[in-house]
Amino acid sequence: MTALERSSPPPGLPRRGAALGRVVPPVGVLLVAAAAGLLVGSLRSAVFAQLTVQGLALGAVYGSLALALVLVYRATGVINFAQGELAMATTYVAYQLIQWGLTYWQAFFATLAAAFVLGMVLEMALVRPVQHRSTIAAVIVTVGLFVLTDGVVTWIWGGAFKYMPSPFGTAIYHVGGVAIARLYLGMLAVVLVSVLLVWALFQFTKLGLGMRAAALRPAEAALVGVRVDWMLAIGWGLAAVLGAVAGLMAEPSQYVLEPTLMQPILVYAFAAAVLGGLESPAGAVVGGLALGVSLNLIVQYVPEVTSELQLPFAFAVLLAVLLLKPAGLFGRSAARRV
Amino acid sequence: MRERVVTLGSLLAVGAALAALPFALSDYNLGLAAQVGIFFVAVLGLNILTGYTGQISIGHGAFMAIGGYTTAILSRDHHTNLLLTMVAAFALCFLLGLLVGLPALRLSGVYLALATFAFAVSVPQLPLKWSRFLGGRDGVQTSQTVSHPWLYGVAWTASALLFLLAWLVLRGRVGRAFRAVRDSEIAAVASGIELPVYKTLAFGISAAYAGVAGSLFVLATNGYAQPSEFGVALSLQLLVGAAVAGLGSLWGTLAGAAFVGLLPNVSSSVPVIGSEHGQDVVFGAAVVLVMLLLPDGVAGALARLRRLA
Repeated sequence: MTALERSSPPPGLPRRGAALGRVVPPVGVLLVAAAAGLLVGSLRSAVFAQLTVQGLALGAVYGSLALALVLVYRATGVINFAQGELAMATTYVAYQLIQWGLTYWQAFFATLAAAFVLGMVLEMALVRPVQHRSTIAAVIVTVGLFVLTDGVVTWIWGGAFKYMPSPFGTAIYHVGGVAIARLYLGMLAVVLVSVLLVWALFQFTKLGLGMRAAALRPAEAALVGVRVDWMLAIGWGLAAVLGAVAGLMAEPSQYVLEPTLMQPILVYAFAAAVLGGLESPAGAVVGGLALGVSLNLIVQYVPEVTSELQLPFAFAVLLAVLLLKPAGLFGRSAARRV
Repeated sequence: MRERVVTLGSLLAVGAALAALPFALSDYNLGLAAQVGIFFVAVLGLNILTGYTGQISIGHGAFMAIGGYTTAILSRDHHTNLLLTMVAAFALCFLLGLLVGLPALRLSGVYLALATFAFAVSVPQLPLKWSRFLGGRDGVQTSQTVSHPWLYGVAWTASALLFLLAWLVLRGRVGRAFRAVRDSEIAAVASGIELPVYKTLAFGISAAYAGVAGSLFVLATNGYAQPSEFGVALSLQLLVGAAVAGLGSLWGTLAGAAFVGLLPNVSSSVPVIGSEHGQDVVFGAAVVLVMLLLPDGVAGALARLRRLA
């Protein structure tokens, strides 16, 4: 994303925010077909249905982190390699708050507030100075942040496993012979509600409008009185909140809290974001869900692909998308001026 | 002319200092110095790709893993001479680097960063899957282990040879093509540079360097090649090393290698946070500070100092 490209996109291109409205027919058909396939499979096999629900719940976590990456990328043109580690760190904050006597949901919302502030501070202190320098400089700063966050967490809390109370209990629902853990439904619900709230904020509030303007055309936005700096910082703050949601929902699915909690999830989130087109918020969420379900099903039904190959599989998806359809499912192909 | 004398002088100074070190250092510190030599090789290679050709890679830890496993497996199964295994690692990683360079042709900027990052995360999973040949979580051990002086000597000899090779490659036509690709791909193509050839070549060379570094890295850990040693942290360290080094300076590359090779060890003695866990805090903070304060790395800072003088 060069400054030139940002200030003068080719005329006639639709608004970038309206990702869902621009789905080209083949992608829509593909998604409907996939959903139909999952439904048919679920009706025929209880195991398939259980794996699908679990995959959707995990996929929602990937999608949430992927959405955080996309928000940051759209706002500042930076891929935040530390996004997963920040999510992990905020999950430790929630753990600490619970240790201090807060209930799970009190800690949950307090953590989201803390994450928001953290994201804003990081943008202002670390990212702003390197944002316009080069891709490599920005990547390395976030890589440094990755190592730093990891270090701070292990320094404060140590590397041993921590256990948090389960937010949704251990109840299991039986729907027509299919056992569905309340945990997965809860994860799915929390993530989707968070994502919808963020979407509504962007779409229906003046703040959201300002943030979209600041990300899309910073110079023009500043001219009409948008505080671009603040908007970008708030964008980072919101991304950190979504990351915190991802971390808090990933923890119960792993059953333990450890410093490496989010590292594989970051790779899945990268793959999901790229699958969705890297610039498309809706694409990130759909990409996350698709990846979560397909990883879960493939490990079960393709004997060669064991759980060790999940990460390489995500890598293969990422590479295949970049090579075959770099714009992803929902992205627009980049028009570059020379 | 004066510049050439300075360059030659600094080369001789570094060489003399390196030759004298074994007599001055304890065995433990000699091991650390060897560690710096290993990172010197890897950072030098990554610099050819990232610094000269402008292609970012967060995946070079994976090539180190491949090089390291090459050494460990050849030594385990065939008792091959360790030096020969390094040559094998160089050749194998060169070929694999060319292969990885092919898809990388279509990627640039953040996309390349993402793809190479995923590559770095994926490769250490493979030994867990094919555990009979690649040893699983416990890894593969070489049939013989080496002493610190041996490692020091070999690491820095390899560094010197590969430094010479890099200089030969970069000073002429190929080096000019690399820099042209970095500065503007379109201008480079317009000047008749075959983009695919030079981009994959840069990938191959830098991967080969990482392979040799990986061989040495395995020998430095008592001959054990383990997946956990080649985690994504290693790839991140290499990129940090290349960034700290900056572009095209022997001193810069030495500084970058020392930064990633020594800082984690030195920082464990820092007060308050100086512990096993605290070293990442110091390292991460140092990385962020260096990037904010020295945008062109040590090499850039040196060049600016020289202009001032």
